[in-house]
Amino acid sequence: MSPAATLAAAATTGPGFLSPTGVEIAFVLVGLATLGAALVTVTTKQLVHAALWLVVALGGIAVEYLLLTAEFIAWVQVLIYLGSVVVLLLFGLMLTKAPIGRSPDADSGNRWIALGVAVVAAASLVWVVVDAFRTTWIDLDGPVQGSTKVSGEILFQHWVLPFEALSVLLLAALIGAIVLSRRNDPADASDKGQR
Amino acid sequence: MHLAYPAVLAALLFCTGLYGVLARRNAILVLMSVELMLNAVNLNLVAFDVWLRDALHAGQALTLFTIAIAAAEIGIGLAIVLMVYRNRGTSDVDRLRDTAEGHEPAANNQSEVTA
Repeated sequence: MSPAATLAAAATTGPGFLSPTGVEIAFVLVGLATLGAALVTVTTKQLVHAALWLVVALGGIAVEYLLLTAEFIAWVQVLIYLGSVVVLLLFGLMLTKAPIGRSPDADSGNRWIALGVAVVAAASLVWVVVDAFRTTWIDLDGPVQGSTKVSGEILFQHWVLPFEALSVLLLAALIGAIVLSRRNDPADASDKGQR
Repeated sequence: MHLAYPAVLAALLFCTGLYGVLARRNAILVLMSVELMLNAVNLNLVAFDVWLRDALHAGQALTLFTIAIAAAEIGIGLAIVLMVYRNRGTSDVDRLRDTAEGHEPAANNQSEVTA
């Protein structure tokens, strides 16, 4: 759809900031929860709590996908991120013997520089985005755009080749992770000791 | 729905992840922040795909690909972190300064270098 047609549609429907729909209210509330959980994730001093708050943030993003009518991606998010990535991160924390309680050195010395960079980036990005999309509305009605049927059709009609390339990438990552995390054989432990 | 809501949320989540990447010391917490940044980008992709009503649904397809690549990235990243931890006994990213210029690679003067 051309941008002009989208703008015309937005001008005719034209809901305002002062009359938010139920979907918008739900989106903002879930978004606040997601953002709060993300902030706790990057600021907490308890490492395991950071992983658990990451679950809340990623689950909130899955709910946002549902509100944007992208159902399939929402469930993929729940399966992949909440199901496997967070568990992997927790395993990583345990295998590196992360302290269970508060660790005072969770943040490095340049956290104030990092805070400045993040605040400046957030301010500029939010300003640009709000200025650009002030009069743009998403039309969530009409045919559903993210159901499993639609996603499967487009994925296996138009995106088959990237999909197959991605499976090769996953295989390479699997083999690479196994090779990296494999313990060395006792045979080459001798020449490792000489180094 | 107003398009600014998902766009602003994605921008703020991205900057939260940016802060985490720059400020965290533990390598696994850095990986968590990278995941937050990737999720912010995914949210942007889905929102713009739904807004544009793309016939190919390129945004949603690319989101699925990003999720898969993020899974591969977290696997390789954790394998590297575990290997570094086994060799060095630490997973703090600011103690791994062997390739930095102008610093001695000895372990005992790292505290005043990073202070």
